[in-house]
Amino acid sequence: MAMVKCSTPFAGTAEQETKLIRLIHEIKDEKGSLMRVLQEAQEIYGYLPIEVQTLIARELSIPLEKIYGVVTFYSQFSLKPKGKYQIGVCMGTACYVRGAGVILDKFRKLLNIKGDEVTPDGLFSINDCRCIGACGLAPVITINEDVYGRLSSTGEEVEEILSKYKE
Amino acid sequence: MFRSHVLVCGGTGCHASGCAALFPALETELKKHGLEKEVGVVQTGCFGLCALGPIMIVYPEGSFYSLVKESDIPEIVAEHLLKGRVVDRLLYHETVCPEHGVKSLNDTGFYKKQLRVALRNCGVINPECIDEYIGSDGYEALGKCITEMTPDDVIKIISDSGLRGRGGGGFPTGRKWQLAKNLVPDADQKYVCCNADEGDPGAFMDRSVLEGDPHVLIEAMAIAGYAIGADMGYVYIRAEYPIAVSRLNIAIKQAREYGLLGNNIFGTDFCFDLEIRLGAGAFVCGEETALMTSIEGHRGEPNPRPPFPAEKGLWGKPTILSNVETYANIPQIILKGADWFASMGTEKSKGTKVFALGGKINNTGLVEVPMGTTLREVIYEIGGGIPDGKEFKGAQTGGPSGGCIPMSQIDVPIDYDNLIAIGSMMGSGGLIVMDEDNCMVDMAKFFLEFTVDESCGKCTPCRIGTKRLYELLEKITSGNGEMEDLDKIEELCKYIKDNSLCGLGNSAPNPVLSMYHNFRDEYIAHIKNKKCPAGVCEDLVTYRIIDEKCKMCTACIKVCPVDAITGAVKQPHFIDPVKCIKCDACVSKCKFDAIVKE
Repeated sequence: MAMVKCSTPFAGTAEQETKLIRLIHEIKDEKGSLMRVLQEAQEIYGYLPIEVQTLIARELSIPLEKIYGVVTFYSQFSLKPKGKYQIGVCMGTACYVRGAGVILDKFRKLLNIKGDEVTPDGLFSINDCRCIGACGLAPVITINEDVYGRLSSTGEEVEEILSKYKE
Repeated sequence: MFRSHVLVCGGTGCHASGCAALFPALETELKKHGLEKEVGVVQTGCFGLCALGPIMIVYPEGSFYSLVKESDIPEIVAEHLLKGRVVDRLLYHETVCPEHGVKSLNDTGFYKKQLRVALRNCGVINPECIDEYIGSDGYEALGKCITEMTPDDVIKIISDSGLRGRGGGGFPTGRKWQLAKNLVPDADQKYVCCNADEGDPGAFMDRSVLEGDPHVLIEAMAIAGYAIGADMGYVYIRAEYPIAVSRLNIAIKQAREYGLLGNNIFGTDFCFDLEIRLGAGAFVCGEETALMTSIEGHRGEPNPRPPFPAEKGLWGKPTILSNVETYANIPQIILKGADWFASMGTEKSKGTKVFALGGKINNTGLVEVPMGTTLREVIYEIGGGIPDGKEFKGAQTGGPSGGCIPMSQIDVPIDYDNLIAIGSMMGSGGLIVMDEDNCMVDMAKFFLEFTVDESCGKCTPCRIGTKRLYELLEKITSGNGEMEDLDKIEELCKYIKDNSLCGLGNSAPNPVLSMYHNFRDEYIAHIKNKKCPAGVCEDLVTYRIIDEKCKMCTACIKVCPVDAITGAVKQPHFIDPVKCIKCDACVSKCKFDAIVKE
């Protein structure tokens, strides 16, 4: 299998590295600690590029291919950096039957990005996320911590919502 | 002592509606009127009626305010809490009774038929305060078990109660505990695990229990630990549930401080502790062997059974695994007895079940009803029916593993066995209602897309079979379907069902099969007539203006992004099907319903 290489050059800082190494040494003896290390590392760097995985492999003495296997298995882990504003369109069933698919298409069309791409200005990325459990507000989208619920099934609010974040 | 209590729902639904802003506003306003020592504000768990959030109840009157905004707070404080005058305009409309003022919440359609066992403390106590849980008989069951009962007594009560796993499979919980206790007599270590990785899209009952009553899970897992002889437990919880994770962390810390977790609980030899493990977004980790592999820090792939976890589970040790809702029933069963629990429900499905009502239904939210309640009661009486006077088409239970129940079976009492008999399953309790505007081929495709995406890839029938099945459905929705595709679909479904390694693959064809069997006409319309009756499948839909209804106002012409509509004021309008990109903009713009999708 080909390694997914990231086009954005890795720009980790020495502080980030020290923070991660300190954390790994704190929890490495816990049973099954790899998942926690990866979650914390993603918290520190925002994503898990191959450089970070290599570091974790070295510190935990686990082969890199195993780490890569775990990282690519779970949808929470990302090999690419995300946009400054991460748009989450809930694609749970309750939202889907109320038009989430139309809303997702509208975001993609307006921002002109596919899949896990980031807009050229680095501002937005879109994630068709799993049910966030706010089914009472369906269809729901999130932009970072902000939640927008009870959108119309035609997605007419999408443009206005986006304009709040454009710089 | 406070003279009034304001209970504000702090569940995820109400958080998303903006309940967090209500707390500082309440604090400021109460201070302003010097009421901060007379009125207590409590953040509770979910009340259930998420569609009307943010929700607030003021006691002792029991006034149920819905859709409360920050700007409403000054009025509520000045009028209701200071002068004692209920703010009528904010009351949940069903609780307003012309003659007697406020009607009790329990008499409203949404709550009348509900029976709350697993959710009994949700929306009642402050989930971040262990004393409130203890005040509501909390940890009494644990005390009773370890000071007065033997592990076998505990297992007997759970077995006699008839409790079955609420996560989907419906395996008898007592039997599971018994196996874990006895199968490997000389095990040096056993584990109690909780599946809180609620992956079924549209189900959120486990999250609500964790957010509204986290101590019940700790107590129940400790009881399970005592029964099977385990001193360690793990809760595997979705990272997407930050509020639930934080409240459970607080609860574990408090339980440790009170000596209800840790060594020598209640002064006995019994020791038990809990740890939280965060999931990382993989639906297959809801499968028990995959979940345990994930806790161990590997790719969450399932393993063949046997050996079952009761014999060889987490790190090769005997393990029991149940979901949150199952555990939430345990302390009540210990305190009130097996007979009490078995008196609710049907012959083979005892107790209650929590359903997450969603989709095309008025009262979206969380409801708990006795097993054996019919779908009609849940949808029309509790759920308040379908919005905008639309026609009910089907209800999906069991999420991507379940099936769709059509109108003809809406009066079947819901329990484990009945649902399987009609081609669906209980699942974790997501109940998504679909109306005439939903296309059943598209819905089958939606669920299958989910399973294709979530298939872990370990076994071929699931990895490749679901993908091929998806392609067949796509062929139909794009207008290229042939009649023989239907036979291929059925054959492939059977193959995937019989040959997949785990539950994910075994159940992946369920939505396709049930939708195909119950809505065969719709499939045939897609194939033979190249039409999507619900007007969903883009490739099969054309837009047309009905001349009789059109007022020739040009609103649609102005909104069309591709200039596909021709005409002028008082001139007939026409949509060019070649140019039309089916964006739906004209339909939503037209005030006269003059544009139809065919």
